[in-house]
Amino acid sequence: MRLFETSAIQIKNKILSKEIRATDFIKIVFDHIKNVEPNIQSFITLNEDEAIKKAIEVDKKIENSENVGALAGIPVAVKDNICTKNLYTTCASNILKTFIPPYDAFVIKRLKEEDAIIVGKTNLDEFAMGSSTENSAYKITRNPWNLECVPGGSSGGSAAAVAADFSLMALGSETGGSVRQPASLCGVVGIKPTYGRVSRYGLVAFGSSLDQVGTLSKDVRDAALLLRVIAGYDLHDTTSANIAVPDYLDTIDSGVKGLRIGIPKEYFAVSFNDDVCKALKDALKIYERLGAQVVDISLPHTEYAVAVYYIIANAEASSNLARYDGVRYGYRTFKPNGIMDMYYRTRSEGFGNEVKRRIMLGNYALSSGYYDAYYLKASKVRNLIKIDFDIAFEKVDCIICPTSPVPAFKIGERANNPLEMYLSDIYTIPANLAGIPGISIPCGFSKDGLPIGMQILGKHFEEKKLLQIAYAFERETDFHLKKPALKISPV
Amino acid sequence: MTYEVVIGLETHAELATVTKLFCGCSTQFGVDPNMQVCPVCLGMPGVLPVMNKKAFEYALKAAVALNCKIDEFTNFDRKSYYYPDLPKNYQVSQNYHNLGADGYLDISVNGVTNRIRIHNVHLEEEAGKLIHPEEVGADYSLVDFNRAGVPLLEIVSYPDMRRVDEVESYMQTLRKILLYTEVSDCKMQEGSLRFEASISLRKKGCDKLGNRVEIKNLNSMKSVLKAIEYETIRQRDVLDRGETVGRETRLWDEVNEKSARMRSKEESQDYRYFPEPDLLPVLIDEKWLRAIKDTIPELPLARRQRFIEGFALSGYDASLLIDEKILADFFEECVKILNRPKAFCNWITNDLLREVKDRKLDIYHLKIKPKQLAALVEIIEKGTISSTIAKEVFSEMIQTGKDPKTVVEEKKLVQISDEGLIEAIITKVISGNPDAVEDYKKGKKNALTFLVGQVMKETKGKANPKMVNELLEKKVRV
Amino acid sequence: MMIDKDEVEYIANLSRISLNEREKDMFVHQLNDILSYIEKLNTLDTKNVKPMAYILKVSNVFREDKLETSIPIQDVLINAPSTKSGFFKVPKVIE
Repeated sequence: MRLFETSAIQIKNKILSKEIRATDFIKIVFDHIKNVEPNIQSFITLNEDEAIKKAIEVDKKIENSENVGALAGIPVAVKDNICTKNLYTTCASNILKTFIPPYDAFVIKRLKEEDAIIVGKTNLDEFAMGSSTENSAYKITRNPWNLECVPGGSSGGSAAAVAADFSLMALGSETGGSVRQPASLCGVVGIKPTYGRVSRYGLVAFGSSLDQVGTLSKDVRDAALLLRVIAGYDLHDTTSANIAVPDYLDTIDSGVKGLRIGIPKEYFAVSFNDDVCKALKDALKIYERLGAQVVDISLPHTEYAVAVYYIIANAEASSNLARYDGVRYGYRTFKPNGIMDMYYRTRSEGFGNEVKRRIMLGNYALSSGYYDAYYLKASKVRNLIKIDFDIAFEKVDCIICPTSPVPAFKIGERANNPLEMYLSDIYTIPANLAGIPGISIPCGFSKDGLPIGMQILGKHFEEKKLLQIAYAFERETDFHLKKPALKISPV
Repeated sequence: MTYEVVIGLETHAELATVTKLFCGCSTQFGVDPNMQVCPVCLGMPGVLPVMNKKAFEYALKAAVALNCKIDEFTNFDRKSYYYPDLPKNYQVSQNYHNLGADGYLDISVNGVTNRIRIHNVHLEEEAGKLIHPEEVGADYSLVDFNRAGVPLLEIVSYPDMRRVDEVESYMQTLRKILLYTEVSDCKMQEGSLRFEASISLRKKGCDKLGNRVEIKNLNSMKSVLKAIEYETIRQRDVLDRGETVGRETRLWDEVNEKSARMRSKEESQDYRYFPEPDLLPVLIDEKWLRAIKDTIPELPLARRQRFIEGFALSGYDASLLIDEKILADFFEECVKILNRPKAFCNWITNDLLREVKDRKLDIYHLKIKPKQLAALVEIIEKGTISSTIAKEVFSEMIQTGKDPKTVVEEKKLVQISDEGLIEAIITKVISGNPDAVEDYKKGKKNALTFLVGQVMKETKGKANPKMVNELLEKKVRV
Repeated sequence: MMIDKDEVEYIANLSRISLNEREKDMFVHQLNDILSYIEKLNTLDTKNVKPMAYILKVSNVFREDKLETSIPIQDVLINAPSTKSGFFKVPKVIE
């Protein structure tokens, strides 16, 4: 196994024990990126100079036996909708092509405090709107397991970067499954924390009542490590929870004996891919063998989740994206003819079609005469969906289901049918609507050799239990250790 | 045809906090452009608002002072519209659960008290400022975001006013309440207090309201009144022609004293209000509400009544005093030191206000203190100085902040009450003005006034006037 | 509810987005697809259901009225497409 293929915890131990220097390791990582990235296209901006500077700083601290942070010398990739001071943050949109934030997001501040090394900013669907990373204004990211397939999205760049070992871990963001789904399609671990567990300050807003920063990593223990760093109360985000962050690692190996796992019948009622179905069934057998009890449950309002989501998320998005007007930052059209012309042309030229579609849908749902029929109705059904989960969690410790109904699909396959693309988020969206945490972990491969993910959902703020349940499975299996066959790009 | 004019007012008042509503930037007025901004108030991607507690409490205090019902639950909404001075192109405001609702404001016109209902009171964020360069042919505007995010209170009245004098009284009374509760500095020239009027006409006796016209860009109370008068005539002419008044928004042109149409109802904005997901709701419990109520001082009308009853002042004098809270406070402090309400009232409403006006003084930073005015009244009563001299002393005090005794000593203004000294001067004046003495003896009473004046002139006004009168009368009769 | 071309134009204007004829047709078609899918919400009776606007049961989070330093003017203007003497410059706004 090559050095960069190991986990973050392993590398951190090597760096702390001076087996390898952070500087040497980051150079190995960048060499690997240069060799393979042209095939994958996971980054929008690389941060090599700053990364090396930070590695030197970490090495100095270790040499002087100073205290180092929890992520000392660990390369981390960051989704390009999370603000990084003095480093381009484009949201994969032409409208923010030139935007350099004057401040760090809360999670970036935390990464820096814990001595992580920011490798670069990763590709995404423009403003995180999409499930395939095909909606980027700049490039199409390819799935490291099959270059003709999408990596999923919208955190496709981050998931592909971890799967291709360009970074040991990555930050993504979720509004409706944008961390878990690409994690599933790229064969890595992805956590969507409880709404409020991680500060949203500096995460470029899409659907404010749904957005949450999430983690992508090679295994469950790395996920626990990274989550602990980014979680916690932030004075700049009043929706972040003032609840202590536990050590997610200390009892991670407690197993699942006696725990009750809920299987929602509605999730399995729809037809989905045979390989995914088989992988899930096998996984549940493993859990039963480990002493967990599998229980049938019902989440009766599941079928409404996608409709609710596309109203709420887009209503919020239509207002969140109103600020891109060419006045204070970002793109402005060439020689506008008056202020109205500036608005119209800047936004029409600056946004891609998917973003325009969602802004318009959101404005429609909020417009005079339609508010009650759409936004208010959706907010009510959202409550019903949340209550479904409240009732279910009275009976079970967690819920297990597929992360995505299918493994990675071909690039371009669904580009012309937005509704079909939206419907593929059916398993991930309910957790965002209810604000509950979820984790996606590798649980098998399709006949075509594409990774399959399963997700575990839990009660608000029970990330610790989810990680414990996920780790029990990971310990018994080796899906997370499989590596895609990466080709060195032709020069 | 006779019409009834129906008028409602929307008032915006910037709250007197040190920092903005959602970030720690300063709210100070008159600073260089874009020096008081940060990612939050610039609406940068990724930022989030955090509510200023003091701003919320000021808004709550104003809502209580305006007799509003305060719901236990309140939250914030986004109001969407595009304007270059609005950083996020939505304004955080309130629509579905206003902070205060169904309040009222009692106004007094010509001694008659009238109740104007308040529809709602809510808290929102201020926009930045657009500057239109005056250079000829300039094809651009400039934006300064220093003001963006300053906490703004909006007070919406019901259309309960019928005449301009009611409107004037409403504006004055509301301003006084905001000053009394100290939630806003209400400086109209700095834009921290602004009004928008909505006006409709209906036939006398008709219940149904006519189409409402809103008027914006009213920069002073005077322009509010002028714009209402203009609009009343405009609408009456339209109705007299048998046409209907269109629902529209008009802009007041201060220079030409005219209004012009800005947009019609059809073009009216679709604000797309929805709950602001970035801010949590606020729950107001009894305890908090009581604590807020305890911070509300006696309001102007109640104070006026107390001044009339407790200090035996006339309604007119009491009104003058309560007009500025700072003056009423000054008055009360004086009375606490020396129980001469009528004297203090006269000094404040006549001399003090005149000096303030003539010398363009800032009443919020007067040099003269209540205990100094009390000392002045005391030495007048003791006869140390005459009331004529006292005016000169007062003028010096208000300019320098010196104690009255110091002024009297420095300027050697002590009253001459020495009978012998006064008699000697009287003798001199009588011998120098035999004609006047003759006139007096012939029955011309005002000849005595002339002689008194001469004595005062001789003594540079320092002679005790009462003594001069008495002694002079005695002398000339002889 | 179906959306027609006029309504697409109306919401495009609310969104400050201009569309050509081809785009208008495309969005009419796509938005109708999505809206007819969303119709399924109307099969649910929500008369007695409260809307959910906030996930966490937390309220009354404030900051104190304490001054913090603003950012330097060069950071304010660095991202601006057009500036003049410390201001952001925009095409003339006529009221």
